[in-house]
Order: sequence, then structure tokens, then C-alpha cells
Amino acid sequence: MSGDAATKVGFLVGADTTDTTPAAEATGQGGRRRGREPRAVRAPGRRGRGPAGSGGLGSWAPRGAYVLFAVALLAFPRLVGTPTDARQWAEWLCYAIVAVGLDIAWGYGGMLALGQGLFFGLGAYAMAMHLSLEQVPDGSLPSFMSLYSDNTELPLIWRPFQSFWITVIAAVAVPAVVAMLLGLLVFKRRIRGPYFALLTQATAVIFALVLIGNLKLTAGFNGLTGFSTIFGRNKYAPETNSWLYDLAAVALLVVLGVAMIVVRSRFGKLLQATRDSEDRVRFLGYDPAVVKTIGFVIAAAMAGAAGAIAAPVFGIVSPGQFDYAPSILMICWVAVGGRGKLWGAVLGALLVNWTRVTVSDARPDDWQYLQGALFVVILAFAPGGFAGMISSGWQRATAKVRPRPSGHALELEEVPA
Amino acid sequence: MTPVLELRNVGVSFDGFRALDGVDLTVQKGELRFLIGPNGAGKTTLIDCVTGLTKPSEGEIRFEGKVIGNLKEHRRVKLGIGRSFQTPTVFETLSVIDNLDLAEAFRRPMGSLFRRRRNVSSGVQETLERIGLATVAERPAGSLSHGQKQWLEVGMLLVQRPRLLLLDEPVAGMSPSERQQTGELLVELAGEHTVVVVEHDMAFLRSFASTVTVLHEGKVLSEGSVAEVQADPIVREVYLGRSRDQRSGAVVAAGEET
Repeated sequence: MSGDAATKVGFLVGADTTDTTPAAEATGQGGRRRGREPRAVRAPGRRGRGPAGSGGLGSWAPRGAYVLFAVALLAFPRLVGTPTDARQWAEWLCYAIVAVGLDIAWGYGGMLALGQGLFFGLGAYAMAMHLSLEQVPDGSLPSFMSLYSDNTELPLIWRPFQSFWITVIAAVAVPAVVAMLLGLLVFKRRIRGPYFALLTQATAVIFALVLIGNLKLTAGFNGLTGFSTIFGRNKYAPETNSWLYDLAAVALLVVLGVAMIVVRSRFGKLLQATRDSEDRVRFLGYDPAVVKTIGFVIAAAMAGAAGAIAAPVFGIVSPGQFDYAPSILMICWVAVGGRGKLWGAVLGALLVNWTRVTVSDARPDDWQYLQGALFVVILAFAPGGFAGMISSGWQRATAKVRPRPSGHALELEEVPA
Repeated sequence: MTPVLELRNVGVSFDGFRALDGVDLTVQKGELRFLIGPNGAGKTTLIDCVTGLTKPSEGEIRFEGKVIGNLKEHRRVKLGIGRSFQTPTVFETLSVIDNLDLAEAFRRPMGSLFRRRRNVSSGVQETLERIGLATVAERPAGSLSHGQKQWLEVGMLLVQRPRLLLLDEPVAGMSPSERQQTGELLVELAGEHTVVVVEHDMAFLRSFASTVTVLHEGKVLSEGSVAEVQADPIVREVYLGRSRDQRSGAVVAAGEET
């Protein structure tokens, strides 16, 4: 069984990248560039023009798409959303934030992190602790503690979370530090592939067990709950739902913006280079362990931020939300949406969760099967996910419409694979 | 003068097999040194020891007088030791320019890598022209031909300005004209850099080598100029072996050609 699992994970890791996304992307890019010869010719002049001129069409397109997405995201609930829906969407947007981070680690860095629930959970628990303290007068204990423990004063580990700003910083910094220690420990020893995947998954399981085991500090299996106010707002007021949606939407836009900067920077290229050939990177004079750790830390920090926003959205934070099963689902979102493309990760998280809610409303028993089938079909037939399908379809379409400038008639028939 | 590379009594064992056995090697600054020897002679293992891929079980390796035996691979690269591999490895999803740019940026602090590349540095531009890939600079490296990938890999080495270059079979799989170009490049590089080349191709060796070290069964068998090594009866015995007549025929032919 365990050997079987390792094989499957090995398949996911794509240690042999020839038939997975990177290769598919390479051919895709080749096709696209061939279709846009004039750009390549203009390129040197454009590059010389400094910061403003560094873009060209190739980099304005993502920026334009980003602006469109931002407008759509913020306008959406004002046009169609009902208050209950807004809360639902806010939850999915938090998942999208996790997915963007995971795409950096997995899609760009090749690290199949199967334990993102740990970081998501650390962020969520940090915020939930703050919210629990908000429900009671200053200095008194959160309500569950008087039930489960004989504490008379606030335990040390709870104290920092009295402050909102310390909570916000901790929600991002604690996952980042944990990921850094874990990353350095694992990558310096050159542990990778399926071993890394299983190890991260184990951390998520351990995290859930620790939460359950420390009843007096964490309320155990029941989790932290009963937030009737969220930062002073009535939890049940419809405005709070749309406020949470806006918060999640802005956070997603910030995270997405940061992710775009990261993947297009030298570091982003170095991360991809490390994914494709760790040894070559080592002989270029970089320490791949450091490169991968940074990628992993970025993913963890993003998951932590998502968790902090998800805590008030969920209204309850319990260990079951962060152990191995939700962690694997996070991988599903990115795989279905299309790893190696940031918008693919966002699309995947929204699409899978929207489908989940829609299908399980109509046929509650069938969702699990559909989800499994979706995952298998996507991995088997479209390793680039929806994003891969869409972008290769787009290239095919534009290749047919736009004749090649130096093109011979025969070559117009050529369809990039 | 301190030699660039010094190996003293270096030995490597793989499960009892002596891949290298008491190897002494000294390479002076600016040399173009060829390492030859039959399959399994330990040529690649020797390079692996210098670059840190393999840990010698005994002996000492010095680079510019400094013992480097305990340094990690990337630290040795930072000292100025660059290497290429038998099978060229370039980052196929990245463009040719990005491949070179990443190679050049290796001394930058990690934090500064979060900025985007705004332009092409003069080092990258020069290298692009030197390796003849300026016209395909924006293409993904995966779309290059085998020979071009080998050139790109050499370019990635050059742009790092290493003081010692270790090349493992740089002309394997290249066409005759590409071999000629590569050979000329090596000769040009020596002097400014110190170059150690592992090569099987005898014609290539005769055209471009000045000093040759012959390895056999993990030991240094002979060292000297091409002519000296060729004249060495032991070398002829073990290296040229059975096909001696045929090979010496080729020697004459190659000599006349150049």
C-alpha cells in the first residue's frame, strides 16, 4: 500500500518532466513565439528603453488581465451577489490564495507540498485565537477554557493574540518560519520528490493531532468557534458577508500581484530552473536548497494569510479542516486549474469549489466520485489542467487567424502541438 | 607560482572498485590541458572530485593553493570552478537569454534576484555573439539543436568567468565544423582561463591539445605534449591497444591535414 502510494505520488511530482507541464509549456511557447515573429525582431530596441519600456505586449497582457480580473472581482458581488453567496465566495477566494502559493511551490518549484493545510491552519488558528479573545472582556479567558481547563489566567501562547496587528503578522510569519525550518531541514539533505511530498503530508497530520491533543489550549477536536462578532461587526449582518468578500478579494489581488512579480523575477526563473534540473543549478553556483526553501516559504506565507481571512469566513476553526484530506484537495485545485500558470491556480480553486457546492447541493452523494474522476481525467489527459487547455487552444486559434509574416502558404496549415 | 589546480595522491573507491588511485595532477594558470584515457580510466571521476560531485576517499585537492575538499559544489563554483557535463543540460523552458542571465547572476545576493531582468547585460550580449546564438536569443532553450545546446552550456560557463573550466566531452555529437569552432574557442579561452578538457576524439585532440594527461585504470599513465604522449610506448600499448596499426595510420593522416 505504501509503495503504491509512493508510486502515485512520484507520478504527481513529475520527477521526469518530459511529459508534464514544463515540456508541454515549452512546446506551447515555441508555437506562440513562432507565430509572433515581429515581436522578437522588435525586442532588442524595446529592452534598451529601461523600466517603462521593459514590458512590450508580452508583459502588458498579464498586467491588463490582472486589472480586468481585479475590476471583475470587486464588481461581481455588487452586480449579482446575495449576502449568503458573498460569504461562500469569500471562502473560495481564500482557497484561491492558497492555490496561488501552492502553484509557486509546485507548479514553478516542482515541490509537491501535500501539507499546505498546516500553513493554512496556522494562519486560521492565529486569527481564530484573536477572534475568541474578542468575544470576552480584556484579560479574561476564551469561553472554552473555563469548560476544559482550570486555567485562571490566559496561557502564555494566547497572549500575543490579544493584539490584532501581532495576530496579522503572526498569521503570515509563523507559517513562514515553520516552512523555512522544515525546508532547510529537508532540502539541505537533498530530500525531494515523493519523500518530500509524504513528509509534508505527515506534518499536516501531526498538526491536526497536536491540535486535538491539546484540548486545554486549542479546544481540541471541537475547535475554536462562537465568534458572534468579527472585528466588532455582527457576524450575522449581511454587510459583514460582503465586507469579508471584499477583504478576501483584496487579499487575493495582493497575493496574486506578489506572485506575478515573483514568478517573473530572476528568482522565478531560478525556481523553474531548479524544478527542471537541480544539479545544473547547483553547478551554476546557487544552492538549490535555499532556492526551494524560499519558494516553499512564499507558499506557506500565502497559505497563512489565506487562513487568517478564512477563519472569520468559516466562523469555526477546527483540526479537521487542516489535516491531510483538505491538503490533498488543495493540490487538486492547482492540478485541475493548471499548474505553472498563476491564473490556472485561481481558476482551479474557484472552479472546483463552485462545482463542489453546486453538485453536492443537487446530489450530495456523488461529489466525492466526481471529484476523484475529475482529478484522474485531468492528470491523465490534460497535465496542464484547464489553463493548459485554454492557452494551447488560444494559440491554435491565433495561429490560424494570423498568418505568419514571413510565412509560406504551406506553413499556415501548421498547428502547434 | 601557485598552480591553479593541484591533485595530490587522490583516490576514489566505489564499492571496492578503484576509480582513481593515487592521482597526482598539476595544472598551471592559462593551460589548455586534455585528459584522455580508455573508458573507465577515471576521467569524469577526476572532474567530479574537483567539482565536488564525488568525495575522494583520500588525497588532497587544491584550487589556487586552497584546499577545497570539504566545500559544497556551489561554493566551488563561486570560487571560480566551472564545469560542463557529457550530456548538455540547459533549462529548456527558459529562453536562451534567461539561461545565460541566470548563469551570470550567480554572485548576486539572493534578495536582489527578486527584481526583474530589465535589459541584457553586456556580458550576456557578448557571450550570445561568441556562441553564435544571438539570433535565437528569445527562443526557449528546449527548441535548440543538440549542438546549439552544447554551445549554450559553454556560454553559461563563459558568462560566469570561471578561472578554471572543466569540460567533459565538449564536442561529443557535434558536426566537424562545430568541432572546429569549439576547438578554436578552447584555444582562445586558454591563457585568460585555465581549461581542462576530457575528450575521446583523437583527431580533435591532435588539432588543439598542447599538454595531455593520459589516465588508465585510475592512474596517471603519462603526461606531456601530444607528440611525447603519442611516442610513449606504454601509452601506445594500453591506450591504442589492438588497433595500433590502424590508429597510427590515422595519426599520420590527421597530422597532414592540419
